[in-house]
Amino acid sequence: MTDRKIRVLVAKPGLDGHDRGAKVVARALRDAGMEVIYTGIRQTPEMIVEAALQEDVDVVGISILSGAHMALCPRVLELLNAQDMGDVVVLVGGIIPDEDVAPLKALGVKGVFGPGTSTQDIIEFIRQSVAVPVAG
Amino acid sequence: MQLVDELLAGNRRALARTISIVEDGGPAAPPLLAALYPHTGRGHVIGITGAPGTGKSTLVNALARSYRQQGRTVGIIAVDPTSPFSGGALLGDRVRMRDLAGDPGIFIRSMATRGNLGGLARATADVISVLDAAGFERILVETVGVGQAEVDIASAAHTTVVVEAPGLGDEVQAIKAGVLEIADLFAVNKADREGADHTVMALQMMQGLAPVPAGHHGTTGGTGRSHHAEAGAQPDGGWLPPITKTVAMRGEGVEMLRDWIELHAVHLRETDGLARREVARAATELDQILRDQLITALLTRLPPGHLDATLAAIARREIDPYTAGAQLLAQFS
Repeated sequence: MTDRKIRVLVAKPGLDGHDRGAKVVARALRDAGMEVIYTGIRQTPEMIVEAALQEDVDVVGISILSGAHMALCPRVLELLNAQDMGDVVVLVGGIIPDEDVAPLKALGVKGVFGPGTSTQDIIEFIRQSVAVPVAG
Repeated sequence: MQLVDELLAGNRRALARTISIVEDGGPAAPPLLAALYPHTGRGHVIGITGAPGTGKSTLVNALARSYRQQGRTVGIIAVDPTSPFSGGALLGDRVRMRDLAGDPGIFIRSMATRGNLGGLARATADVISVLDAAGFERILVETVGVGQAEVDIASAAHTTVVVEAPGLGDEVQAIKAGVLEIADLFAVNKADREGADHTVMALQMMQGLAPVPAGHHGTTGGTGRSHHAEAGAQPDGGWLPPITKTVAMRGEGVEMLRDWIELHAVHLRETDGLARREVARAATELDQILRDQLITALLTRLPPGHLDATLAAIARREIDPYTAGAQLLAQFS
């Protein structure tokens, strides 16, 4: 009688306080049957990775609109790897210039979702990326 | 077991993994819990419950900080509801616990109720045991925002704090049965708001009216008490729940609340309260385990399709559910 759910951490690092996008995604993932841990704004990479570890999540979704993604994302990935959590799927959403997408993916970011992405696409992406048997 | 050894050695990743396995409730969970059980029984479990919006998460945050100032380690379980429609959940209690980040003496885990009613998840008691085995000295369990009947926390925690806030109800609400009756302590939070004294008075009036039920927590007496009686441990071995005003956002009153929790812990140890609480907790857990195992054992013995056929027969009114249940149980004899 296992009751496995996909667990997703939704975090908003950096100094900008615009969390509407993160909240919309969090809500959509919940409605898709996932367990979403929402940590709120102004999270440091250290806080994000600590929460991801404690909550044992399958996915970390980071929302960045401040332009600081090339500083924040590498740090999150580095800290995850240091905790032996390289198997956690890292997604980035927000304002990410096209030329930054390839470098982010090279670092280990699995998906980048810009403005106008349908939440259904994100849901499908997560379902396909998380290689665990999930009930419900 | 390697996972257990790592957990007991203080590996937080192993702790998080163990909690997931226990929470998912598969066949891997019972052996883990069995290996951890000898290491449990040391932490004091504190339930924080109350209506939505009373400030439970903020109070948990403030209490945890207060315990950390005393050098005690704190495990936190924050429970939020699972959507009955999608099966998903939005677990947002960490938003109000950001002060606690980066402290190795703290471990926070969010849990969804996964369909369980009663204010906790089915696996919450097991996750408490895991945090206890991992050595956390105080374990704070925040329930979902409750109404009047979600009282599971009383059998899972040693000390139950019921959080109230001004303006949520009046004396009539305070007299109602349920959540208010499970309190070992009351915190009137947001006490800087208008009406806080009124809320305190309503709770005091309720305490003056109601006889303290026998067998409830540390209480042994069944006599009525006037609200002039001093709160806390009573001469007859009973316990009159103290009422503390707090402003959790600013940390006001939180040390007082923490000290009352500790006094209640002492009271439980000095009376037979702790022993009775532990037996009650064991009874609740064993009851759930037996139900689960009996149902699983029964269902695995049924021929394929038998259960569906029985359900359809009940729905068609060809058989009543009690007779059907008796027939299914006959599989055991």
